[in-house]
Amino acid sequence: MSRFVQLLTPEGERVEHPDYEFTGGPDKIRSLYRDMVLVRRFDAEATALQRHGELGLWAPLVGQEGAQVGAGRALRRQDQVFPTYREHGVAWCRDIDPLQILSLFRGVDYGGWDPVEKSLHLYTLVIGAQTLHAVGYAMGVQRDGAVGTGDTARDTAVIAHFGDGASSQGDVNEAFVFAASYQAPVVFFCQNNQWAISEPLERQSRIPLYRRADGFGFPGVRVDGNDVLATFAVTQAALQRAREGGGPSLIEAFTYRMGAHTTTDDPTRYRHADEVEHWKLKDPLARVEAYLRRNGFASEAFFTELQAEADALGERLRAGVHALPDPTPHQLFDRVYAEISDELAAQRDSFDAYAASFEGAAS
Amino acid sequence: MITLAKALNAGLRKAMENDPKVVLLGEDIGRLGGVFRITDGLQKDFGEDRVIDTPLAESGIVGSAVGLALRGYRPVVEIQFDGFVYPAYDQIVSQVAKMHFRSGGRAPLPMVIRIPFGGGIGAVEHHSESPEAQFAHTPGLKVVACSNTVDAYWMIQQAIACPDPVIFLEPKRLYHSDKAELDLAVPPVPLFASRLVRPGEHVTVVAYGPTVKTALSAAAAAEQEDISLEVFDLRTLSPLDLAPVYESVRRTGRAVVVHEAHVNLGMGAEVAARITEECFHFLEAPVLRVGGWDTPYPPARAEEHFLPDLDRLLDAVDRSLAW
Repeated sequence: MSRFVQLLTPEGERVEHPDYEFTGGPDKIRSLYRDMVLVRRFDAEATALQRHGELGLWAPLVGQEGAQVGAGRALRRQDQVFPTYREHGVAWCRDIDPLQILSLFRGVDYGGWDPVEKSLHLYTLVIGAQTLHAVGYAMGVQRDGAVGTGDTARDTAVIAHFGDGASSQGDVNEAFVFAASYQAPVVFFCQNNQWAISEPLERQSRIPLYRRADGFGFPGVRVDGNDVLATFAVTQAALQRAREGGGPSLIEAFTYRMGAHTTTDDPTRYRHADEVEHWKLKDPLARVEAYLRRNGFASEAFFTELQAEADALGERLRAGVHALPDPTPHQLFDRVYAEISDELAAQRDSFDAYAASFEGAAS
Repeated sequence: MITLAKALNAGLRKAMENDPKVVLLGEDIGRLGGVFRITDGLQKDFGEDRVIDTPLAESGIVGSAVGLALRGYRPVVEIQFDGFVYPAYDQIVSQVAKMHFRSGGRAPLPMVIRIPFGGGIGAVEHHSESPEAQFAHTPGLKVVACSNTVDAYWMIQQAIACPDPVIFLEPKRLYHSDKAELDLAVPPVPLFASRLVRPGEHVTVVAYGPTVKTALSAAAAAEQEDISLEVFDLRTLSPLDLAPVYESVRRTGRAVVVHEAHVNLGMGAEVAARITEECFHFLEAPVLRVGGWDTPYPPARAEEHFLPDLDRLLDAVDRSLAW
């Protein structure tokens, strides 16, 4: 494995890197740790809810909390995020209520948040399609003059999330070409979690993914995606470069999908248990906890209270999922267009009349 | 007199003057002015930030236009030829068409995808296709086709002003041959409305895009034999505006639909089904369809047989009348 940027070892030791520095103090590290703990709990609750039949599907992020919280917390308010369908940790950092994500996997809607207000676009399930949207959005940022002004509240970066499997998609490669051509303020954030469902990285690429950037004409860097401090520092630098008008860059966050691709997947069919055991030793949460404890940067009360907070979150999610209202057919017709056509309105009214024709139907 | 191509150019110019958020994207649309010169001179006057020459990748063009629209722009995409739209098919069908729906209306996507369509120009492979049914079949898109110079000028502006994504089909063989005086005092027909272009009594003929001219020629020829055709230009393919057509068919009892696209599952099939549903008791004959065969578009030296012409249309009219 090629070297990557690492600032906190799996054993919880801070290490230096010549190009990247994590400047936050213990407060910041506790805060990142709290995010990761709560996101992991959210993820575990979601998997359990799927097993209880409350969700149609769940795409677990377990193992990728460091990459996602590191990337998510490096954002400024005005930065825009284009996620895949597994960016629960990034969404958490954008103040998306986890219930809105559960509602998507429950089959209530396709994304219940406002992508503009939250600066987080909808989850995209067509692999890699969102990377082009990110580049186009970044082209709009350029046209708005929101790059390289020096105004920290104005200069804007865009971040496109995708995975190792998506790196093979045409759209992702076209996004690289467009971003390079226009020097768009976009960061391509690839979580290489080693597996595209059952296909290992070697099926997608013969070279380390971060080196792909070189062929497109922008910098690429590999970071220890299980190191939240390094991921934060590397992403922060890439976003700042984009905001300053330095153009696109690629981050390969080297991580591991500890769970299944989704709750319908069975990883025991294609990968060895010892590989998973090996990655357990590199857990993104354990190393931060070790660091905090060893250096006396967090009291026992901190961990106890965090545990209680996680329990409360789980309770809220379990109760909240049951309370999510099913969509009504009537609403669906009204969401197709900004201006509904007469023919679709007629189809809606016809269905309403049909539904109302049943005995006992709500009038 | 200006050509249909010039009318589109003037319409785009007007839309860009009226709204600084309108940006054009496409291959070769800048310095060259597009392979059909539809954007001629626009980059010179509006700059490279608003008339954007893109890398050669259709999915990239449409996908980046989605991002621009999400940022508040009104992108107008040029697909160079109909047969090259398919690399962007996923972006159009899965992203453009569904964004408003997926977001519960929070992310409207006002954008226009211009596609020169249809044959008759002696072109090589993939340059003469009529993919409209594939887009009309997709909820979330609106699909229109202009058939003449005056409509071209107004419809492109109306499409750009529309808050929903519009597939805008341009009859490429008429770009430089159709000419008209543009009288700006005459108010435009609404975008999503069909239009009666020739009143008649015996058979209702429904056309759009390049076949409107064919239908009008057929009507002129039929008149010599005392057959009177009532011709409609659909103009909008999704949504369809068929109420005036129903009214017509209730008078004539007969209808023929004509388009260049393959007949199987084409627009004609939908129009025929709807006419049958709405006018069943008035029909004297089944609704007939005239169009391209269910073969891939043929090499140019055979296209005259593939394309529905005046004779094939009149043959269908005769069959309808003889029923």
